[in-house]
Amino acid sequence: MKQRLLSMPVVLPLLSFVAILIIWELAARVFAIPSYILPAPTRILQGFSAVSAERWLEHVWATLRIALSGFGFAIVLSLPIAVGLAKSRLLSRALYPLLVVIQSVPVVAVAPIIIVVLGTGDAARIVITFMIAFFPLVVSMTTGLMATPPELIELSRSLRAPAYRQITQIRLPYAVPYIFSGLKISITLAVIGAVVSEFVAAQVGIGYFIQFSTSMFKLPQAWAGLVLLVALSLILFQAVSLAQRLLFPWSLPKERR
Amino acid sequence: MIQRTDAIRFNGVGQTFATDSGPLTALESVDLSIERHQFVAVLGPSGCGKSTLLRLAAGLLSPTSGETLIHGVAVDGPHDDIGMVFQQATLLPWATVLDNVTFPAKHKNGRVFRVERERARQVIEAVGLKGFEAQLPAQLSGGMQQRVGIARALFLNPDILLMDEPFSALDALTRDAMGLELLKLWQASPKTVLFITHSIPEAVLLADRVIVMSARPGHVIADRVVPLDRPRDETSLRSPEVQELAAELRQLLMPTLIGGERS
Repeated sequence: MKQRLLSMPVVLPLLSFVAILIIWELAARVFAIPSYILPAPTRILQGFSAVSAERWLEHVWATLRIALSGFGFAIVLSLPIAVGLAKSRLLSRALYPLLVVIQSVPVVAVAPIIIVVLGTGDAARIVITFMIAFFPLVVSMTTGLMATPPELIELSRSLRAPAYRQITQIRLPYAVPYIFSGLKISITLAVIGAVVSEFVAAQVGIGYFIQFSTSMFKLPQAWAGLVLLVALSLILFQAVSLAQRLLFPWSLPKERR
Repeated sequence: MIQRTDAIRFNGVGQTFATDSGPLTALESVDLSIERHQFVAVLGPSGCGKSTLLRLAAGLLSPTSGETLIHGVAVDGPHDDIGMVFQQATLLPWATVLDNVTFPAKHKNGRVFRVERERARQVIEAVGLKGFEAQLPAQLSGGMQQRVGIARALFLNPDILLMDEPFSALDALTRDAMGLELLKLWQASPKTVLFITHSIPEAVLLADRVIVMSARPGHVIADRVVPLDRPRDETSLRSPEVQELAAELRQLLMPTLIGGERS
């Protein structure tokens, strides 16, 4: 019975998580750590009540909207670029260095500039999020599109099929496992991007809320925001994984089917 | 008239590839003709241009010199009177066995007609996979996957079958069984087969003729008729004439391997 319980995949991580929470709580109380250095878990829980539920929802929704918009744009734009990079040597030679340069620009540093150029509206925040989420997607999609066995391309050529079908019926489906590794990295980066953009300029959003709270030394509620942010990130990541499991079960490694 | 022209003919074919380390001559003045419905095996060391030969016949490559004729007509580009079977089955992992077999139709015309699906079922039955139509490739063994690969090549009923070491990724027992099954398929519905292999017993057991190629730049160094009646089975290899031929082929191949195994 005990063995079976321990072998369930969720039990062990859950146990260690609860253990850490208990140690944290005890340490915070025994050593009387001030809450602006490290609030105890129960204090963080109280931090949630600092703001009304509707206001929390507003913050979460604002961050979620920016993260998903940036993520969406990253998907829509990376697909044609990846197809171009995979299909044309000329294009890949011309574009790839440029992409690496863009990726090398620290987005946190450019964010204020983007805000000045595009204003403090959603557009600037979406662009910042997009810049962070975009690169891993292009790289994974291009790698995926190039990973097709050359034999299938020969089969396609010998059938004299139209070129677009080589993309839609062979290369793209073959790239699905790669695309999803990219999507999983990209979705968590999109949350980071949204928070960074809210640090720089926003009146709403969890990133804004955390910065505002810390500037007022209200650490427990800042921690509460952080907890929500982690939850949001995890849920989005799981949603991408779930989409892969439901839509493309064949693309998962064998043992996890 | 058509019966008289060769199914495949290489006329003084040479093939040079441009590589980073300069031009590489894969084939040099290859002259070879294969009669309609003949089963020809090609033996040779790694990198001797055997696969290049197949790609020339498929029209996927155009020769640097000479010409390739299919049924007497010069090849000037890819054509689909051929079926190709590769070393790895290279199936579509997201498609069922049936969808993999009908894939050539779907890829070529954008859709699969009911008659084509019916034909695919017959081919699947012929390769011994009846009942597996709805399975995904990952659920099949290596040998079964290669059967699907063969079914896909036979699906459009081409006159020529180009096989690039099709059984070399399989274990020895499966390999022998698959070879004999291929012979049955070939006898039931004759085709011109160009069969690349590394295995002398396999070449001798399956083929009417065995071609031996030299190390790079590849050219034909021997062309032998296999003195065996058909139908053949696993005991066919025991006859003394065949043993003698196998020994001779080994003798011919040995020198090509020394210094030629660079791939």
